[in-house]
Amino acid sequence: MPKLTIDGIEIEVEPGTSVLQACEQLGIEIPRFCYHDRLSVPANCRMCLVEVERAPKPVASCAMPAGEGMVVFTDSEKVHKARKGVMEFLLINHPLDCPICDQGGECDLQDQAMAYGFDHSRYAENKRAVKEKNLGPLIKTFMTRCIHCTRCVRFADEIAGMPEMGATGRGEHMEIGTYIESTITSELSGNMIDICPVGALTSKPYAFVSRPWELKKTESIDVLDAVGSNIRVDSRGSEVLRVLPRLHEDVNEEWISDKTRFAYDGLRRQRLDRPYIRGTEGKLRPASWAEAFAAIAERLEGLGGDAVAALAGDLVDVEAMVALGDLMTALGSPHRDCRQDGARIDPAVPASYLFNSGIAGIEDADAILLVGTNPRWEAAMVNARIRKRWLKGGLKVGVVGPNHDLTYSTTYIGAGPDSLEALARGEHSFAQRLTAAERPMVIVGMGALARADGAAVLGRVRALAEATGMVREGWNGFNVLHTAAARVGGVLAGFVPGQGGRDTAGILAGARDGSIKLIWNLGADEIDGPAFGDAFVIYQGHHGDRGAHRADVILPGAAYTEKNGTYVNTEGRVQLAKMAAFPPGDAKEDWKIVRALSERVGKTLPYDNLRDVRRRMVEIEPAFAAIDTRIKADWARFGAADLPADPAPFVSPVETFYMTDPISRASETMAKCVTEIEQRAAAQ
Amino acid sequence: MLQDKDRIFTNLYGWEDWGLDAAKRRGVWDRTAELVALGRDRIIDEVKASGLRGRGGAGFPTGLKWSFMPKEVKDDRPHYLVINADESEPGTCKDRDILRYDPHRLIEGALVSAFAMGAHTCYIYIRGEFYNEASNIQRAIDQAYDAGLIGRNAAGSGWDFDLYLHRGAGAYICGEETALLESLEGKKGQPRNKPPFPAGAGLYGRPTTVNNVETVAVVPEILRRGGSWFGGLGRPKNSGTKLFCISGHVNQPCNVEEELGIPLRDLLDRHAGGVRGGWDNLKAVIPGGSSTPILPKAICDDVLMDFDSLKDAQSGLGTAGVIVMDRSTDVIYAIARLSYFYMHESCGQCTPCREGTGWLWRVMQRMVRGQARVEEIDMLLEVTKEIEGHTICAHGDASAWPIQGLIRHFRDEMVDRIRQYRDAAHADRPLPVAAE
Repeated sequence: MPKLTIDGIEIEVEPGTSVLQACEQLGIEIPRFCYHDRLSVPANCRMCLVEVERAPKPVASCAMPAGEGMVVFTDSEKVHKARKGVMEFLLINHPLDCPICDQGGECDLQDQAMAYGFDHSRYAENKRAVKEKNLGPLIKTFMTRCIHCTRCVRFADEIAGMPEMGATGRGEHMEIGTYIESTITSELSGNMIDICPVGALTSKPYAFVSRPWELKKTESIDVLDAVGSNIRVDSRGSEVLRVLPRLHEDVNEEWISDKTRFAYDGLRRQRLDRPYIRGTEGKLRPASWAEAFAAIAERLEGLGGDAVAALAGDLVDVEAMVALGDLMTALGSPHRDCRQDGARIDPAVPASYLFNSGIAGIEDADAILLVGTNPRWEAAMVNARIRKRWLKGGLKVGVVGPNHDLTYSTTYIGAGPDSLEALARGEHSFAQRLTAAERPMVIVGMGALARADGAAVLGRVRALAEATGMVREGWNGFNVLHTAAARVGGVLAGFVPGQGGRDTAGILAGARDGSIKLIWNLGADEIDGPAFGDAFVIYQGHHGDRGAHRADVILPGAAYTEKNGTYVNTEGRVQLAKMAAFPPGDAKEDWKIVRALSERVGKTLPYDNLRDVRRRMVEIEPAFAAIDTRIKADWARFGAADLPADPAPFVSPVETFYMTDPISRASETMAKCVTEIEQRAAAQ
Repeated sequence: MLQDKDRIFTNLYGWEDWGLDAAKRRGVWDRTAELVALGRDRIIDEVKASGLRGRGGAGFPTGLKWSFMPKEVKDDRPHYLVINADESEPGTCKDRDILRYDPHRLIEGALVSAFAMGAHTCYIYIRGEFYNEASNIQRAIDQAYDAGLIGRNAAGSGWDFDLYLHRGAGAYICGEETALLESLEGKKGQPRNKPPFPAGAGLYGRPTTVNNVETVAVVPEILRRGGSWFGGLGRPKNSGTKLFCISGHVNQPCNVEEELGIPLRDLLDRHAGGVRGGWDNLKAVIPGGSSTPILPKAICDDVLMDFDSLKDAQSGLGTAGVIVMDRSTDVIYAIARLSYFYMHESCGQCTPCREGTGWLWRVMQRMVRGQARVEEIDMLLEVTKEIEGHTICAHGDASAWPIQGLIRHFRDEMVDRIRQYRDAAHADRPLPVAAE
């Protein structure tokens, strides 16, 4: 443990700590541009220079390991002179276009220039200009502003695993770019905008939209995949103008995927902003809330509970599902399901449907088996975590199912359940690898579970997990990777078939044979219209997507940025999404709609405010009270290993990363991304 | 003055054949196995005793540098010797003549040096423009392999030794040792941060020593004749012989091997036929390659050519590329041209060098015309100080020093130039001023 003195204060730090980190531990801020906690250290911006006793020159503190007995000065005249010099150099070729720069107000260079900049320029020559580059529909470039910190290059190389960026030319002519101009194809590319310390890389959809100080910042949760990335929603008035990541070491660190970041413009399009009723001529017509409720009440009149069912979609908050579940119970219906894809997880055993090791647990694993999942598209942050672990070395990843480029090297074992059996029999070398591993892990995706033989697959994976020692004292490497943000919360809240109830397939079968007469569709948009048969469908949701097309009554609900909702991510972490803007038009928060209707049909639910709803939630599942805590699940038997499995290959449920749900399908930005990918594929 | 018997580079002018047989006649590959048999410690001690300082420019004691290599060679951490033949310093052409006329001296040196640091593998990184030189050295390597002088049990020494030639692509910065390693690894040639130093983590992260061609080439001769012989030549702490490259306004530009510490005037008069138009026609000398500060005639009169004497004169021996300028020289333009070179060759990694070298060149261009204000001379000096010492490698320093030397010794001339320009009243071309 080296002990050093910084500005007269002694501090003892872990071996390997840099001088800059040691300074931070003391609360001394060192200006920097190229240094980033999560990236390698190039020490090229030279802004973090400090004076070290007996060193002939100022030292770049970010790259200098703290040494025993080192005496560091961060505030001396020499240090200030050096930093002022570096700042002057950074500014001579940097355009003074802050008034029209989107980074204005959140620019590292702007901030540091306040501390270290001269009040005038001594540079009488012409400034350099660099041509803009087209990096695709997400990242806007203004390369004249670039200060060559290479953070974006290192991010692409190290975190995203797509070495698409680089520096060409040298000296003054050095340029950051893709060499041959092309779209950045990484799913994490938006993070380059965040780490760019200046306005060289900015958000294309957000270009010239707003200034940071005009925005209302709401700390919330992303629901477009099951990771539950922590986000900050920036809004002005009723409009969400951008989404930024929020630090959560155990979930998304400080990154988010491009879908999370850029799909927000889908919140403005295709919105359901008033109730609709399907008229006698078969067309939907606008209606008032009272009319819509009357139509539902009329339909429910005299209908037995057994003829009523409810389905919940992938973006629904726990509050709404609890309210709808309670209403179904009040109506006497046991038919409900929150698994619209028919995932065969076992609601009775939480360990069967959770990412038990936690996302951060990936960093402890030394062998990972991916079953029926393409984590790069299903959960980009989980994939980034696997890559992070892989970069440290000593990790082997095996793949059963879709074989995609995951940005790290994998061993392809096979396509379907047969390969699982082969692994169980030890016929593939990866089986030995799993057995020999100290912390082996399996990640099962919906591609393996959301199929008719899902229970059989689940059982086989459980058996394999047990046989290879994935579940042991202090370590549970059995992980289920969901694609739906609402899934875990829905199952925990009991939005699954009750005693004698039907699941999704059963409900839809009932709708076709006429035994189910009314279906309350709470945002389940992945089911095709004809599947509902002749049933009367109430669609409650926020987008005019598939569900709304087949609705007889539409009740406009709120999207995730417009309500205070509880979500539980794939690892069983309970998190709160917060209202950043009001729902458009007549739309309402979802649990309130259910509550209002319950009164109309004479089955008034016993809660009038959010607090009461949450109290009810905790009654059902105490874990809902522990915000930001992972549910710890006990190991038990689940699945049906003895049932036969269909040898068909596993297929990832995500076909296009950029379009997986009603919001991203409505997003123009995501549509552009899809077009770009198609163009790129066509060009190749 | 160096006596012929003490010369190491006996085929410096290519009067004899460069091949193996001729080299052997000149004493190369003589008792090489015995040199290796001295053992690691003895070799390093002998080199230390010789006082040999690195010939690449920095003048770091070679024996000391070798001793930084780990004593034990671990199986998974092989040691590497890398020979820096990326000679690109303007005014310097000494390694070139070794490479093309005396390649076996280098190859023998490579074997002995590699043994002394526990390396079985050596890479020669040669400047891309040196096509014929690379061709000669490759054929020399082939000859040595065929004769069993390198390869398995090299020269009967019991030491396995492989030597590879790698051609650069013509970037000056790849002569910086860590940028050279990056380039050798196939990456963009940009200097690395130190620490870690190459002796700890160099090529492919393994212990590595990078030595200049001349440094390596003199080692076998030092061992054959003894460190005290080499140490007895020259001056204390600046011992041995050195190749000087004399170019510019002399009657006979040449490469010559001389004792360190020879007076500059002697060097020019005896070997280069004197300054064009006589000694009094001398204006200035850049003593050690383009990056060392220029010296005016007054200092040149009696300065000694070695590391410490030139350092005391606020310049440096560098690579001993002596650039002579007589009174016909526009010394401001000469330095401005060097500024262009340093701007062009900056790798672009560190802010001060990337941005500063261009600034320097632009201001220097105006200084050449006199299209500047007198205060800008001080500003220029300040900018050089802002670059110097604030970068990862010494390229920033090298771009700053020539201008600092110019301002130190020729400020009057710069001021005169500015006055002339002003007096000529270029009303149509006003002086540029900084924005705001």
